[in-house]
Amino acid sequence: MRTAVVLLVLLALTAVPGSVLPQRGVSSDPSAVANFYAEHPDLAPWLDRLSLFNVYSAPWFAAVYVLLLVSMTGCVVPRSAQLWRDFRAAPPPSPRHLSRESAHRRLQVVDSDAALDAAAAHLRDRRFRVVRTAGEVRAEKGRVRELGNLVFHLSLLVLLFGVAGGKLLGYEGRVALAEGATFANVSSSYDALTPGPWADLAGLEPLQLVLDDFEAQFETEGSRFGEPRGFEAVVSYGSEDEGEGTFTVRPNRPLDIDGTKFFLTGHGYAPELTVRDGNGDVAASGPTIFLPVDQAFTSDGVVKVPDARPTSLALQGLFLPTAVDGPDGMGVSAYPGAVNPIVQLSAYTGDLGLDDGTPQSVYSLDFDDLDRVRGSDGEPWRVSLAPGQTVRLPDGLGSVTFDGLSRFANFQVARDPGKEVSLVAAILLMLGLTVSLAVPRRRVWVRAGADGTIELAGRALSRRPVPSNDIDDLAAAIDLPPASAGQHTEEQ
Amino acid sequence: MTSLDAARLSDTLVTTALAVFSLALVAFAVAAALTRAKGPSAARTPSEPVPAGPAGSAGPAGALPPSGAAPLDRGRGTDRGFLASAATSMTLLGTIVVVLAVVARGVAAGRAPWGNMYEFGLTGSAAVALAFLVYRRGRPVDGLAAWIVAVVLVLLGISATSLYTPVDDLVPVLNSRWLVVHVAAAIIAGGLFTIGALATIAHLVRQRRHGEHDGPFSQLAHTVHLVAFPIWTFAVIAGAVWAENAWGRYWGWDPKETWAFITWVLYAAHLHALSTVGWRRRAGLLAIAGFAAFLFNFFGVNLWIPGLHSYAGV
Repeated sequence: MRTAVVLLVLLALTAVPGSVLPQRGVSSDPSAVANFYAEHPDLAPWLDRLSLFNVYSAPWFAAVYVLLLVSMTGCVVPRSAQLWRDFRAAPPPSPRHLSRESAHRRLQVVDSDAALDAAAAHLRDRRFRVVRTAGEVRAEKGRVRELGNLVFHLSLLVLLFGVAGGKLLGYEGRVALAEGATFANVSSSYDALTPGPWADLAGLEPLQLVLDDFEAQFETEGSRFGEPRGFEAVVSYGSEDEGEGTFTVRPNRPLDIDGTKFFLTGHGYAPELTVRDGNGDVAASGPTIFLPVDQAFTSDGVVKVPDARPTSLALQGLFLPTAVDGPDGMGVSAYPGAVNPIVQLSAYTGDLGLDDGTPQSVYSLDFDDLDRVRGSDGEPWRVSLAPGQTVRLPDGLGSVTFDGLSRFANFQVARDPGKEVSLVAAILLMLGLTVSLAVPRRRVWVRAGADGTIELAGRALSRRPVPSNDIDDLAAAIDLPPASAGQHTEEQ
Repeated sequence: MTSLDAARLSDTLVTTALAVFSLALVAFAVAAALTRAKGPSAARTPSEPVPAGPAGSAGPAGALPPSGAAPLDRGRGTDRGFLASAATSMTLLGTIVVVLAVVARGVAAGRAPWGNMYEFGLTGSAAVALAFLVYRRGRPVDGLAAWIVAVVLVLLGISATSLYTPVDDLVPVLNSRWLVVHVAAAIIAGGLFTIGALATIAHLVRQRRHGEHDGPFSQLAHTVHLVAFPIWTFAVIAGAVWAENAWGRYWGWDPKETWAFITWVLYAAHLHALSTVGWRRRAGLLAIAGFAAFLFNFFGVNLWIPGLHSYAGV
């Protein structure tokens, strides 16, 4: 037990740093670790060497819980064997001095044999295991407590098995889909994919998904103005196993296609921008996903137009769903709904860096070889567009049209083959724990003395005392009122 | 009754409950002072202000002049008895009022009244007071009543001042049946942990002063911990099931989840220490540590640490 206490305290302590320091793979903010690195350039590498950004997969954290489980198993296996023997063994004979037991009573009876019979019958009715010998009744109840205790501890091993199964065989991914866009479930379609080491990425569930429509409602009044009130994404899907259909995904209502689940985790705007190049040809068009940066859905996005002529183009934009004039003359968004949508754009020319083989985010530009487009006054060129408006770029570079507004939805995609095992383990854990804490285990003896008295005694085998009505009811069943003669005589 | 009326009624009831609990606390304090004024043998330690029964009615001869002492003494004893029973009645009344405030808040919001920190604190206060009153019947734990009232008063006061939020709809991710189950279990377990921690502290103080190994307070602590631990386990499991349904994973080491885990592990350590010979005192300290982790999970994680549970903020 000492080992268990020490290791449990150690487990609690080692879990703490992970809640204070940013963690890789903890979903609330994917860039938290990078930000921490930027803020603490000297400290961060040292913390990283100590696995403090991956606390829950760190070797020292694993060491603690593996030691705990090993010590637990070392404790539980012998106890299982003991329990098995206990189940087969009869309740033991009464101790010599029954009066030393915690609950003890001496009664005067006319016929001690009849009294013992009555006691045995009563205890059997109460589902004690009973042995009746010539001079005494031995009874025991509550071994299920020990069983519950074992089930609880063993279910922790099963739970670990389920967790490991999910971590090794499952995967998690993220994908952002603009309205009208199609997602095919192959690994290259994901914006981010975190597979377990044994996940079968070639064998992903064959399915495709189209985001037909996305709706968001926001609070329009009161102190919580602008807070989200409802989201729904209407999707059509097709899969080999489940056929075709449509489904409305909402928070707390994922789409489940044969174990691959789609969760709605975020959303935003995708302005439809058409870029014509200097020759007047359409070089880019359609919705472009802009990532929200604040509660009012001010959003950042870029449009990369490598095929524009005479030179490749890039647009960097800020989208304001409800643009109002901010304090310093800059436009800001006042409300997350699209009341007065505006796109503010600036433009770049030069090498977008798409051909040098290094992977690049579709949401940001690599400015290394880009030149900012300037207006005739030499100032950086900037423009604000409302839906339907078109603007010409300086120097005959082309034009940009803000055609209209789509929305996009972020889906978390997850497959966890271990979760059913974990759930069963959790239910067993709950049941085992409740039984092991709620049921008192106790023995009761009834012994006939030579002088026409009988003695009743109970002994608790756990910290929970013998329930007081055990002995009271037993005394009553032997047909004597509990308060009658010979009431609990300690040292007579 | 409109939603707005119900919301106002709830706020009024909270103010009333604060007043009633304050009066109860004053009554407990005065009764305790009267007890202490009688002399060392009848005096209780500061941690156990008032035994509501006739305890302490036999004052030491030296504390008061022998002649004429009896009527005075009886007079004081009656005052004390009256004050103590008045304090208990006010505690009962305050509990009823705060339960009504929870109900009115639920009516006003049209949902289970535990969707934000204020509502969690309000319902938690009701849970602590109610659980103590239920356990108290027929058991000699009134010495703890004043401390329970003080804690309820602090929790309710912080909720009503710093955490207060007007009735509003839930953010979409909270709009789930699991909110009812998961948060209710967390509140009940939290209420019991609170009582367990107070009883443990009282027991440790008493153990140090009187060398007592097993008393009504340690029994109280043991009972509430045995009931609270499975409920907390259930709250964590229900939270995991909900997280699977809302976020696509049942456990992701979000700060809230991490501190729920730390709380669970510390209480598990407490239960193991109870079965370890000679570690009863350490077991008590572990229970207090578990409660500290629970408190940090409610206040610290909500207010200081960003995470997926941040919407539950003030």
